[in-house]
This record gives sequence, C-alpha cells and structure tokens, in this order.
Amino acid sequence: MAIFAVAVVGNLIGLAVAFAMTSRSPALRRSASVYVTIIRNLPIFFLMLVTFFVLPQQLGIRIDKVYAFVGTLSIYAGAYLAEVYRGALIALPKGLREAGLAIGLTEGQTRIWVIIPVMVRNALPALSNNFISLFKDTSVAAAIAVPELTFYARQINNNTFRVIEVWSVCSLMYVAACYLIAAGLRYAERRLAIPH
Amino acid sequence: MDFIRLFSDLYIARWAILEGVGMTLIISFVAIILGTMLGIGVALSLVYGGKFQRFLVRVFLEYVRGTPVFVLILACYYVLSQAGIQLTPFQAGLVALTVFCSSHVGENLRGALLALPKGQTEAAKAIGLTFRQTFVYVLAPQALRQALPAWINTAAELVKASTLLSVIGVVELMLTTRQIIALKPRPLEFYLLAGIIYFLICFSIERLGRRVERRISLPS
Repeated sequence: MAIFAVAVVGNLIGLAVAFAMTSRSPALRRSASVYVTIIRNLPIFFLMLVTFFVLPQQLGIRIDKVYAFVGTLSIYAGAYLAEVYRGALIALPKGLREAGLAIGLTEGQTRIWVIIPVMVRNALPALSNNFISLFKDTSVAAAIAVPELTFYARQINNNTFRVIEVWSVCSLMYVAACYLIAAGLRYAERRLAIPH
Repeated sequence: MDFIRLFSDLYIARWAILEGVGMTLIISFVAIILGTMLGIGVALSLVYGGKFQRFLVRVFLEYVRGTPVFVLILACYYVLSQAGIQLTPFQAGLVALTVFCSSHVGENLRGALLALPKGQTEAAKAIGLTFRQTFVYVLAPQALRQALPAWINTAAELVKASTLLSVIGVVELMLTTRQIIALKPRPLEFYLLAGIIYFLICFSIERLGRRVERRISLPS
C-alpha cells in the first residue's frame, strides 16, 4: 500500500520542483536544482539509514518507521520525477501557455488545466520507467525492518532455511508485480496518448 | 559541539573510512568490468542469437530487471551457499552486482545495436565485408558511441547499489560508517561524511557522463 502513498506524494513533489526548476526566479531555480542534484546522487539506502537513525537519535524527531519510509522514498522519488517533468515542461510549445492566458485563465489555472494535462501525457513513457524502479526500491525498506515483501522473505528464510524456495518466490513476486505495473502503464499510455 | 573531539574522532577513524571507500570503489569497479563483459554477451545473443538462445537470455534479462537489487544480493548470498557454492560476502555481492550490471548493459547495448539504421549493414555487405568485419568495423563503433553515456550512468547506479552490500556484511563505506558509529556515537557527523563521499563519487561520475555525452554526440 505504501507504494501508492509514495507515488502520490512523490508526484506532487516532482511537479512542484519541476515548476520551480523552470520558474523565472533564479533563487527558486537554484534551490530546486540543488535538491535534485543532491538527492539523485545519494544512494536510497543511505537516505533510509539517515531518516531511521540520525533523525530520532540526534535531532529528536521520532517518526513511525512506515511513515519515515514513505517520506524518504517520496523525497527520493520526487527528485527523479522532477527531472522527468522538467524535460516534459521544456518540450512543451510556448504557445500552449500563451493560449491559456489569452482565453483569460490566470497563470495558476493555465498550469493546472492546460499545461499539466498535456505535459503528463507526454511524460508517461519516462514516468513508467521511474515508477517501476521506484517499486523495486521499496525492497530497501526491509533493511530498516519495515515489514514488506523482502523483510518477510528474509524472516521466512531465517526461520525455515528453505532458501531456494523463499528467494525464487520472492523474486518472482517482484517480477510479476513489475510486469503488472508496466502493463497497466502501457495501457494508460495508449489510452492517453495525444493523437497527432 | 566541541570540534577538537570531533576532529580527533575523525582522525582516529581515517583509515577505516578510507578502507571503506576503497572497498566501495573496488567492488563497483570489478562489478562493472565483469558486468559489462556479461552484458555484451547478453546483447549479442539477443540481437544475433538463435531463437532458443534469444529466448533463454530474454528470460534471464526480464527476471533480473524485474527483481530489486536488494533481493538479488540477498538471493545470491543465501541461495548460492545453499547450492553448495561457498562464497564470502564479497564474492556473493560481486556476483549479484555483476548480474545487475549485465542486465543494464545488455538492455542498453541491445537498444543501441537495434537503433542503427539498416542501411549500415547493407552498405557494409555491398562493399563486401563479412559479418564479422561488418560488426567490428561498422556496427560496434557506432553502437558503443550510442551506449556510452548510459553505461556511465550504470556505473553510478552500481556505486549506489553497493551500499546494500553492507547488509550481507561486505565492509564497504556504509558498513564502515555504521561500525564507527557503534564505537563513537556521532551518527550525524559520520553519516554526513559518508553522504558527502557518496555524493562526490556519484556526482563526478554523472558529470563525466555529461561531458562524454556532449563530446561524442553525433553531429546532426
């Protein structure tokens, strides 16, 4: 379930950061690109350990580990998705925004009703790649004892020593889930593709 | 925070941290060399192999690509030892990273080979080159050029994936950091240091990739 929360929050962060990266204010642009560069160049496992160990022990911020995991993965996903959205935003023709403004929408309305729908549809192929790798990154949560598939696989492995069965089933489940996600997104891509 | 204590702690830990960095770099480097060789094999058999070979390699590739690296690492560690192959954590981790890398490289190279216009092969045939010559002198140089930037990204991916090896007990930078923190309880400072080191490694690889991409992009 956590993956859906991550997808929603991550997408919101990604969209916001992508708009910040293409905005007119240099400070906003600079800080957004610093965020993206730093997060994209850090391992997800490192980020997990930091939220799990450094935040509670040093800074006194205690978060439930599932929330910590969802938060970390969202921040991580946000940086990757921001890059995808930024690419899609830059590729949009300028006339789109101008047309939105010309029919009397405000800047914000143009963004929500004109730019985002077109951009997301263009970005879908790149997005689905990111979603799949995001889904696979959830396995890292096992290392901080969030009870998900890999965590239970390890537990069963240690309890029963049925090593080969456990790992083949676990990886097959991931493969199947990735296939389902990929198929679903490809369907969405076909349905939502902008006809030329 | 008293800085003198902090610096003395850092100073005491200096060799351990350096060894950790060395291990991270070594295992990533060896994995990318071996993974690239395996990946070239994967790409070649996908593009030029017979039907059966293609099918087998396809299954391998889909399986590896659909499995998270973390699961690959744990599976290599536990399953190989169960199967009677006794490996140290380092070797098991190396196998996992190599397989992971080969799937990336294989998919990337396959794309690059298939993206070459058919006219290239036809032109080579027309001037009388054998298949081997066509591949070595015409197709491979262009495909490698196409695939190089993504290959460098794979290297950064591997450095990041190597952090997960700390779970099976490979003493690389992440595990070193955690061990140091167990002795000198300064999680904030040591994690920050590890983060900076990882950032520097990955950032320089990424920058290198961008530079290479600009240098080798075909003038259109």
